Amino acid sequence: MSEFEAHAPVEAPPSEDTAPIGPPAFAPWNDPDEKPLIQFRNVTKRFGDFTAIDDLTIDIYAKEFFALLGPSGCGKTTLMRMLAGFETPTEGDILLDGKNIVPVPPNKRPVNMMFQSYALFPHLTVAQNIAFGLERSKAPKEQVAARVDEMLKLVQLQKFGGRKPHQISGGQRQRVALARSLAKAPKLLLLDEPLGALDKKLRGETQFELMEIQEKTGTTFVIVTHDQEEAMTVASRIAVMDHGRMVQVDTPDRIYELPNSVYVADFIGDVNLIKGKAASHHKDGKVEIHWAEGAPPIVGTPMAPVADGTQCSFGIRPEKVHITKKLPEGKANIVRGKIVDIAYLGNISTYHVKLPTGEIIKAQTSNNRRIERRRFTWDDEVWLWWSETAGVVLTG
Amino acid sequence: MRAGKSFLILVPYLWLLALFLVPFGIVFKISLSDTALAIPPYMPTLDFSAGWAGLRDFLSELDFENYVFLTQDDLYFKAYMSSLGIAIVSTLLTLLVGYPIAYGMANASERYRPMLMMLVILPFWTSFLIRVYAWMGILSNEGFLNQFLLWTGIISDPLVIMNTNKAVYIGIVYTYLPFMVLPIYATLEKLDGSLLEAAEDLGCGRIEAFWRVTVPLSRPGALAGSFLVFIPALGEFVIPSLLGGSSTLMIGKVLWEEFFSNRDWPVASAVAVVLLLILIIPIILFQRNQQAAQEADK
Repeated sequence: MSEFEAHAPVEAPPSEDTAPIGPPAFAPWNDPDEKPLIQFRNVTKRFGDFTAIDDLTIDIYAKEFFALLGPSGCGKTTLMRMLAGFETPTEGDILLDGKNIVPVPPNKRPVNMMFQSYALFPHLTVAQNIAFGLERSKAPKEQVAARVDEMLKLVQLQKFGGRKPHQISGGQRQRVALARSLAKAPKLLLLDEPLGALDKKLRGETQFELMEIQEKTGTTFVIVTHDQEEAMTVASRIAVMDHGRMVQVDTPDRIYELPNSVYVADFIGDVNLIKGKAASHHKDGKVEIHWAEGAPPIVGTPMAPVADGTQCSFGIRPEKVHITKKLPEGKANIVRGKIVDIAYLGNISTYHVKLPTGEIIKAQTSNNRRIERRRFTWDDEVWLWWSETAGVVLTG
Repeated sequence: MRAGKSFLILVPYLWLLALFLVPFGIVFKISLSDTALAIPPYMPTLDFSAGWAGLRDFLSELDFENYVFLTQDDLYFKAYMSSLGIAIVSTLLTLLVGYPIAYGMANASERYRPMLMMLVILPFWTSFLIRVYAWMGILSNEGFLNQFLLWTGIISDPLVIMNTNKAVYIGIVYTYLPFMVLPIYATLEKLDGSLLEAAEDLGCGRIEAFWRVTVPLSRPGALAGSFLVFIPALGEFVIPSLLGGSSTLMIGKVLWEEFFSNRDWPVASAVAVVLLLILIIPIILFQRNQQAAQEADK
């Protein structure tokens, strides 16, 4: 159980100048001298009455792997299509390297896109597909051929240059699409659900390949995805979107451990949310949340100071909730309940514990040993506890 | 099970046998006969009562005289060539007119597409003959077109279109336009819009994207449409005889005249057999194109 404590979240509520959790190997967004590659300035996009993007401002830095994450209809695809030039913002500017690119047509932008459907030209071979963009830029023939070879090598498809797209597998098509979009060495590569059509195993492998290629080429990647796991794996920063607005833009670990709203906490991973009223602030910034009549209050750490009496939610990830048979001693947040459901997932088990007040709290344990004797079973009375810093207090 | 399968295959073969091979055999046989003042107007005729000897007599009188005759009178060669020319030119014209129509239909909003499709097919609801006659009313020297142009003052003398090859082209383009539009529309409608976006994204302008992506991908449809126009246009008879003039030489017209005016059934049959032989080439090409398109779809 002790390994849970090991990656407990930071003690103090974070602010702009605190370093992200873990070693910040690459964090140009924290460097005030760094100039962003892409700047959205108060961009709004409306389709008739529908506002797809709502007064959005954001900076994306060179060499970032930036993920736009959100449910369908949240505006992430519109945002990407505005970067590619297929949509023009209704209001606001989009700057690339400090220059407004709104009036620049898609074929004149140093931006390439990998389409969700791959959009490979069926009448051209793999090599011709990759050469397509290079030939448009009037590069000499030998140079095009050399670049095509280089790209085929990058995606490990040297033997398939002469095939037509319908003669190769789905995974290979995905690589061709990637190679084609990288061939012109764009300043910015847009990836629209690039792995959506692959099966789960291949997707996992390809995620790492994508990261490798991104590092190797040093290209700035902006990826659109609705798969939070994918975003967490590949991205340097994630922008969680909802109804055309950025709800939170942060590194994957901070998005997970320090969500700024119930929406983000709920969208990324699994979370227990307990509604209550904030009261009795501790000196160290912690707050008590009264969530049920007669039950002891939960002590949690708010992201920002919370006024007494504010309606808020306490959010805690299931893996940070400990489950024991005996009453844990000297712990802050202890509740008692009965196991109503067990989900065995191989590496972890999730227990659904029903409290006397009706709430169901999920607790996770990792299955460290093979064929472990199950410690808990259905209808067992158990204790749940978590440390004061394990969860977050959310007001949004 | 196997018997059932063979039966299924047998049906179309029987159909072909009864409605194509047998009539073709009869026509071929007549083309080998000699003309005669009789009913039917050729000889020999097969006399079954004479038995084997009768069959031998019958076969001994058949010869390729009529085919030799076709090569001697250059009317026929000229008619074939002129038909080929007219068919090729009108096919290209139909493609030129049909492609933009199909393109417009495929790019129209989904709501209007069924209606546009309907409009393309609508002329089939009227008899083909009536529609060609209607063109006579439009194109003649006192026709609607000339009256309109004279009234607007664009021309001072009526245009002579009727009874020239121009009228034949107009007639063929008009009549066969749906056969061109529909296959092209079918390929364009299937075209994935993201392919054009990809082309633009990779540096193509709109027009270049059209030539590099839309045109090659709609080629099977354009080819199919062209064959569907070319094949019937080559043997076309009604349009040249109604809209064309005396100078319009087409093999269909020659065929008709041999048959009904000269009552020379054997020569007419020889003309028909040669026409069919000429058509076999584009028909085979058409079949290949269809097969290739089907395989590409898989």
